[in-house]
Amino acid sequence: MTQIFRLENGGLINRDKKLSFKFNGKTYYGYEGDTLASALIANGVHLVGRSFKYHRPRGFFGAGVDEPYAIVQLYRNNETEPNIKATEQELFEGLEAKSVNCWPSVNFDIGAINNFLKIFLPAGFYYKTFMWPKSFWYRIYEPFIRKAAGLGVASTKHDKERYEHKYEYCDLLIAGSGPSGLASAYAAAKNGARVILAEDKPRFGGSLLTSDVNIGNQSGKDWANGIIAELKEMPNVVVKNRSQVFGYYDHNMLVMSEKVSDHLPKTKKHHPKQRLWYIRAKEVLISSGSIERPIVFGNNDTPGVMLSSAAKEYLKVYGVLVGKNPLVFTNNDSGYETAIEFKKNGINPIILDSRVNPQSEIIDEAINLGIKIKFSYVVVAAQGYKKVRSADIAKISDNKKQLGTIENIKCDCICVSGFWTPTIHLASQSGNKTKFKEEIDAFVPGTSKQNETTLGAANGIFTLEETLKSSFTAGQDLSKKITNKDNKISFPNVVEKISSQHDKFWCVPLPKGKNYKRFLDFQNDVAVSDIEIALKEGYRSIEHVKRYTTLGMATDQGKTSNLNGLQLVSDIENKVVPAVGHTTFRPPYTPISIGAIVGREVGKHSKPTRKSPMHSWHEKNNAVFVDAGVWLRPRYYKQGNENLFEASKREAKNVRTNVGVCDVTTLGKIDIKGPDAAELLNRVYTNAWLKLPVGKARYGVMLREDGIVMDDGTTTRISENHYHMTTTTAQAANVLSHLEYYLQVVWPELNVNVVSTTEQWAGAAIAGPKSRKLLKKLFPNNDVSNEGLPFMGYKESELFGVKARIFRISFSGELAYEVNVESDNGQFMWEKIIELGQEFQVQPYGTEALSTLRIEMGHVAGSELDGRTISYDTSLEGLISKKKDFIGKRSLNREAFTSGDRQKIVGVVPLDKKTSIPEGSHLVRDAKAPLPNKKLGHISASCWSVEYDNPFSLAILKDGKNMIGEKLFVMSPLKNKVIPVEIVSSHYVDPKGERVRS
Amino acid sequence: MLHIKCPYCGMRSQNEFSYGGDASVKRPELNKEISDEEWDNFVYNRKSPRGKHLELWQHLSGCRQWIKVERDTATHEIFNTYKADEEIS
Ligand SMILES: [Zn+2]
Repeated sequence: MTQIFRLENGGLINRDKKLSFKFNGKTYYGYEGDTLASALIANGVHLVGRSFKYHRPRGFFGAGVDEPYAIVQLYRNNETEPNIKATEQELFEGLEAKSVNCWPSVNFDIGAINNFLKIFLPAGFYYKTFMWPKSFWYRIYEPFIRKAAGLGVASTKHDKERYEHKYEYCDLLIAGSGPSGLASAYAAAKNGARVILAEDKPRFGGSLLTSDVNIGNQSGKDWANGIIAELKEMPNVVVKNRSQVFGYYDHNMLVMSEKVSDHLPKTKKHHPKQRLWYIRAKEVLISSGSIERPIVFGNNDTPGVMLSSAAKEYLKVYGVLVGKNPLVFTNNDSGYETAIEFKKNGINPIILDSRVNPQSEIIDEAINLGIKIKFSYVVVAAQGYKKVRSADIAKISDNKKQLGTIENIKCDCICVSGFWTPTIHLASQSGNKTKFKEEIDAFVPGTSKQNETTLGAANGIFTLEETLKSSFTAGQDLSKKITNKDNKISFPNVVEKISSQHDKFWCVPLPKGKNYKRFLDFQNDVAVSDIEIALKEGYRSIEHVKRYTTLGMATDQGKTSNLNGLQLVSDIENKVVPAVGHTTFRPPYTPISIGAIVGREVGKHSKPTRKSPMHSWHEKNNAVFVDAGVWLRPRYYKQGNENLFEASKREAKNVRTNVGVCDVTTLGKIDIKGPDAAELLNRVYTNAWLKLPVGKARYGVMLREDGIVMDDGTTTRISENHYHMTTTTAQAANVLSHLEYYLQVVWPELNVNVVSTTEQWAGAAIAGPKSRKLLKKLFPNNDVSNEGLPFMGYKESELFGVKARIFRISFSGELAYEVNVESDNGQFMWEKIIELGQEFQVQPYGTEALSTLRIEMGHVAGSELDGRTISYDTSLEGLISKKKDFIGKRSLNREAFTSGDRQKIVGVVPLDKKTSIPEGSHLVRDAKAPLPNKKLGHISASCWSVEYDNPFSLAILKDGKNMIGEKLFVMSPLKNKVIPVEIVSSHYVDPKGERVRS
Repeated sequence: MLHIKCPYCGMRSQNEFSYGGDASVKRPELNKEISDEEWDNFVYNRKSPRGKHLELWQHLSGCRQWIKVERDTATHEIFNTYKADEEIS
């Protein structure tokens, strides 16, 4: 016999489609339209997990997003996902789930020993106990907690699912499709507003699906279905189910998570698993409803104790009985609705009502149906370990302080209703100053900060008629402002039962001699006694009590526990709840998967990839690429079995002896035009620029205003008012912003325009003693002799019919040129260079050889210009003009910048001339000095010198100027290396710079 | 995410902009003798007011213009935006 708790008829499930699923290895059956929770309850499974701290048995408490207990590990399509709420997970064929937080099994849990030790685990336990003795932490507590605590297990596999992000704008975003959401959406849509209506559940309608009401001569459910059908047809409306609006951010931007495929056995091809919507709404209507509040009593966490509204939902939506012998414990009329539903389905519930003598239509109906009701009665404690077997009940005095004689009655579930708590999370996140509403003993939204309006139960309005009226009006008025249309909608006739006043009572006193645990926070196991201890120990602020006890800090964010906690604190402190205040609500309202947050920006899609026009040539010629910012650059060109070291050495050596060609397209390029261009450069660079002739390039260093070097590069005067600036690959974007800032904000009087041309030009550096010979072949009609094109000279020419720019500049320290052509001709240029260079043994070289060449020449790059160094440190102080002012100059006379023993760039050679020096290592005087060993400097860049065939490094060293010839040690604890070294000049090769001018 | 009105492009999302700090700071004139204190105030010292703040933003992924934004640092309310050279009364 399966599904013994399933009714013969009823519910909104599809009984024609039976689904099989597994829970903890055992196979069960449910129906399409079930949740995992409803299907398990239908099968009589009430034990689903263990609690976080005491490992007490856990069942189901709610039927949706508020569920604190029923958290499972889900298996779907060979993937696993932790911490899924069984009350939200829709059933699909082949679903598999397992309990979490129990070891070794849900039925026998070692951690439950905590339950018997609970006297040792009061509030603040983790703070207090684990502090001492220290050695216990590593040996006992930590391993124990690791094994026993925690929720599910995250998969360590790559997530193959696709997640999408979507940006959307609308006039009205409506969060929640209950009566208020439907009414406001309908009114706004009729006025032509662009509406997004979001519902977190699979079915639209909210409370209308379960309440016994009539709208316009239809049942609430039918009315809801009619409205939804109409909205779906309207072009200006987007209706989304399985979509939770979880965050309300600045300037009316909300984020919604749409579970596109989680309810299916497998994501359909070309569909995402989930979609994250960023919605900028002109107006937001919060129709998020309310969550039933529990009443606190002894052992109220026993499986089988659940919210009365959840019991009703299981019955009416899923056709499932949560018990066959139910006890309803209520302080208001809502419990009666649940009892009546039971009765209508042939079950005989007992109602315990804490109120003395309440009277209302629905109570009369219950009496007329013959339901047994006990007024002034409470549940003192639930009995039963893995499932409720009976309840200790007692009469309670009118002042709710004294309990009468305790009686025990049999029952298999206890449905609790402690009235309703409006879901104000979104309003609170938007910055709304919430206020306490005495009549309902709960917080409701107050003054709006952003364009947000809260409707219906979320606003503390619990009658349907008032909810519908105010929601129609809100939808109409807000849309009218936006669309200037005013479509009147006739208000439907509403039939509902009017409730009587609830009882301001949420915590049953302990009977004499009993110390039942009375839980407030069901997921984090926070009991009444924990709050009492926290207050006794002097915690007063509700934020502190929260953190000390962990009340409301579990994954359910205290949806069912916050108000009872506040009530308790205010009772003990003799304050009113508003004076205690509630803790801050922060997004997300429900847990959101990391995949959804990341979206498609994973792996290669995490950033754009930029490729030079010569990329395909590099690929064909065995280039091994490296990420340089967002660029892919050849690191080396592999020949045969060469490794990185061998290849880069060969390439660098070939530059020093013959000629090499390097793709330098990635260098930042900025076109500067205007009559004040020279003046701008003069202010930006540390050296003088006003007298640079047309057709000449100059090297320049630019500082930040604080005197630190920002970037370096060459700038060439193309014509009278036209310059071509180059920047390092890494700083290209920052330099452009920097120039724009000074031109637009600081010196708007300068008549200059700047624009990035990085992608417009393809660049090739041709370097080596034979580079001029190669250049002659490339440009046979030009005079490229040392006189015709001297060092730092510039020429415009044609490369076999293609417009080209030739710069005689060098980064490698060799005689070198840079040729630029328009990007489309990059490949052509490159192939010509390779073709005509054959007779000079030309070889392409990558970034590794490029680094080697610049390091042994002592040319600085990003590793030296690291945002901490000034011109002096990098031996660029010769470029500082004494005659003119420039950006950052005033900072250079600061004491630290002028001190005699200031750090400076030096060269470092290992004494054995063999051991490579790891970059980032520290330089110390004494390798054996006690720690902390005083650091004198650090290795900024290392290479294998091809000129001398031994390792060589650059370092930034304290008092570097006076350290040449000193013997120091390089320490790399990370690589476990201690290397004796000698400090030499940073210009290791060609210190006089003769080659570049040759 | 803020919604910022670029005076050139209209309402745009914050992720198109980069922040540029206090817009009331004036760079000392070039070649002018100034005290260490004045220079430090320009380079380093910024007020961190709670409330109205006139600040620079650059519409980086848009028109690339630097603009001035009058924003409340506590509530993020944006009262007005201006072109960089616009006089603010
Ligand atoms: Zn713009």
